Amino acid sequence: MRLPFGLRLERRLEEEGWLKLAVPICSIVLALALASGVFAAHGLNPALVYGTVFSRLLGTHTGLAFLVIKSIPLLLCAAGLVLAFRARVWNIGAEGQLLLGSVAAAGLALFVLPDAPACLLIPLMFLAGFLAGAAWALLPAVLKAKLNVDEVITTLMMNYIAYKLVEYLIYGPWRGKATWGFPFTDIIPANAQLPLIPGTSIHWPTLLLALAAAGAMFVLLERTSLGYEVKVYGGNPDLARAVGMRPGKIILICMLISGGLAGLAGVGELAGVHKRLKYPWTISGGYGFTAIIVAWLARLNPLACVLTATFMGALLAAGSMMRASFNVPYASVSVFNGLILLCLVAGEVLLRYRVKLVFYRREEEGAGP
Amino acid sequence: MAPEKAPAQLGRPPLVRMIGITKRFPGVVANDRVDFELRAGEVHALLGENGAGKTTLMNILYGLYRPDEGRILVEGREVHIRGPRDAIELGIGMVHQHFRLVPTLTVAENIALSLREAGFFLPAKKVEPLIEEVANYYGLEVDPGAHIWQLSVGERQRVEILKLLIRDARILILDEPTTVLTPKERDELFKVMRKLAYEGRGIVFITHKLDEVFRVADRVTVLRKGRVVASSLPTSSVTPAQLARLMVGYELKPRPRMHPGRLGRVVLEVRELSALNDRGFMAVKGVSFQVRKGEIFGIAGVAGNGQRELVEVIVGLRKPASGRVLIDGVDVTGRSPAHLASMGVAFIPEDRARYGVVPDLSVAENLILRVYRERRFRHGLFLDLQAVREWSEKLVAEFGIATPDVDTPAGSLSGGNVQRLILARELSTRPRLLVASHPTHGLDVAATEYIRSLLLEQKEKGVAILLVSEDLDEIMELSDRIAVMREGRIVGVLGAAEADLETIGLMMSKG
Repeated sequence: MRLPFGLRLERRLEEEGWLKLAVPICSIVLALALASGVFAAHGLNPALVYGTVFSRLLGTHTGLAFLVIKSIPLLLCAAGLVLAFRARVWNIGAEGQLLLGSVAAAGLALFVLPDAPACLLIPLMFLAGFLAGAAWALLPAVLKAKLNVDEVITTLMMNYIAYKLVEYLIYGPWRGKATWGFPFTDIIPANAQLPLIPGTSIHWPTLLLALAAAGAMFVLLERTSLGYEVKVYGGNPDLARAVGMRPGKIILICMLISGGLAGLAGVGELAGVHKRLKYPWTISGGYGFTAIIVAWLARLNPLACVLTATFMGALLAAGSMMRASFNVPYASVSVFNGLILLCLVAGEVLLRYRVKLVFYRREEEGAGP
Repeated sequence: MAPEKAPAQLGRPPLVRMIGITKRFPGVVANDRVDFELRAGEVHALLGENGAGKTTLMNILYGLYRPDEGRILVEGREVHIRGPRDAIELGIGMVHQHFRLVPTLTVAENIALSLREAGFFLPAKKVEPLIEEVANYYGLEVDPGAHIWQLSVGERQRVEILKLLIRDARILILDEPTTVLTPKERDELFKVMRKLAYEGRGIVFITHKLDEVFRVADRVTVLRKGRVVASSLPTSSVTPAQLARLMVGYELKPRPRMHPGRLGRVVLEVRELSALNDRGFMAVKGVSFQVRKGEIFGIAGVAGNGQRELVEVIVGLRKPASGRVLIDGVDVTGRSPAHLASMGVAFIPEDRARYGVVPDLSVAENLILRVYRERRFRHGLFLDLQAVREWSEKLVAEFGIATPDVDTPAGSLSGGNVQRLILARELSTRPRLLVASHPTHGLDVAATEYIRSLLLEQKEKGVAILLVSEDLDEIMELSDRIAVMREGRIVGVLGAAEADLETIGLMMSKG
């Protein structure tokens, strides 16, 4: 016995423009509706939670700044990941590359050039951060290019080495004198701290770098011959080889650039937010992993990453606010974030397929022999 | 082979009747009031160009699509097929062009997957004896314990057919089943098809190859642009020329036979070349030949006799074990594909998915693959997008690539247009040597005609052409000289005048 109606998926032959906007919006609304249950279970009025978080996040300077600060590292990491993913080079190591950027910046500011003027020191910190992030990606890149070692495993493992390296530094040689026993370094000197947009906590140099990186990745992919090679190699590696492209070069460049951009994000977190090296998770906060989602939500388009990074930044900021203002536990915030992402990803199907409700007529029953 | 006639099935309703089937997709009518009938005991060919709506019609019968209009009757009873499961219950089975098998599982496991009766515990073990019984009966030899990835394409197809037979499907739909087969495998498939028809099953044979219609089918229905242009003609009552006209919609002019022109200097010379295949066996064993300017040198042979490896060495994709390759007298043995391309070697690959196009990239981006490094397409590090666009629009027009614009992804083009794109790209470099590997394989009649005339045009322009093909008609029609390759060796070279199908066929197969 079957139900007299059912759902059918039919492939759309053409993607429709308005759906690209309508589907994500509906997905988010659906997710908010589903998450209401979670808040209600905590004895909270979902409408109140959403209203408060929404108005504080988008209606106040601190809220907006908070959102932007969360978005900056996501955008930097995602812009680089887009490049790597376009070449089908799966860099899962932005997290560690970001941390190495922080380490390089902290080292430079605390021990190498603590007295240099800001106009020299800050650019040098970014340069060092880029190089450190790239260097962290170098080993997996070379292993992949020369020996075809799976970069998913190597980049992932490099993250854990980076965590341990930071822990070693803050518990060991770099532990500060004025930290009341906490495993932190000392605060970096004022000339190494990034300037903020007045009245907010937004470290604007990193913000500009992040926007520039997204733009640069777009130009690289769409306007240059290197970007062309990246796309050809990502789309058909055999053909790329057959027309004389050098896969090793493409892999190396993509890895180094994405590692370097993650390193820049690390400099921003260190010199713009935390001002000292702390527990690795406090610094990186999962940005390197979340950036993978940002890159995919943007359909590997670097410019769209600005949008998706802002969105994910808002999500992270909203989560923090829920915890702070309503005592929602961390796990429930994760459920909230998870529901939103789940609905967004599931909604993708609707862009490619149309769902039809079909009613079967009575006499169709028992069509079988 | 002479089709064996099944015992008469008079007085019984046809196995399948499809009446007035219409199926619309956005912007196209894939099937426009199509009628189709399949009787028990017949092989019914469904003939048409790519995009004529053959597969759509059969996907409707198999329940993958629902028709917008029209009725389906199975053995005289109206049915509504909601999905493949309904179709299977009605005894309908389909072998798709792209097989639906799990490569990491064994034959038995794959077959068990399709049988609900196999149960939950050790399903593969239960079906193994059944597989052997059915396989032996129909001559579809296959090892039930073998993993799918270990099997040749022909063997995989046998597994697909076994899947249907074990379910005892009475209505079998085979979608272009011969495309992937060697001539020997194809003959075996035709034998099985005749046997199945003799047992009273009905077989729908989707194809665009005329000769195959006459070799195996009892009746033929021709589709063109979604409409039936000829319905259930007995194959004994039509000629190939009539069918071709019905299918294409216009008269195919026989090409004037090219008189062997004045041949120029030697462009390609291959000396005592040997090469290993991917499995490390010697696939090419001391092959020598020359191709001259303005000559088409055809290599005939059953696939898998070293042609692929030979071609790959010549275009630089494979390192030879020994021997020399010379282009215009310059030793280029073992040089990279890019170097050979810069020497004027163009390549039409056998494996279009692998070496043909980047499906996600646009037509323009695919067209510049050979030339993007040239100065005229660059401003320093940047690509000159304007120049790229002009260049690709010119090629699209010149080679008649049917695409809405040059920004359309290459993956959305039809097979014939993908091949035009590849040809446009390869010929745009004004090559000295063109290596064409199975250039019309899987293409419909119109695209095949176009590509053959293009090859002749290039020959007239003085390009040396190495043509590798399994299609003997193609080899005989185009080539000035024909070499036959068997087991890695060239077993003979014939001039166009002395070559006939029988001689070549004999040379190809003699052990």
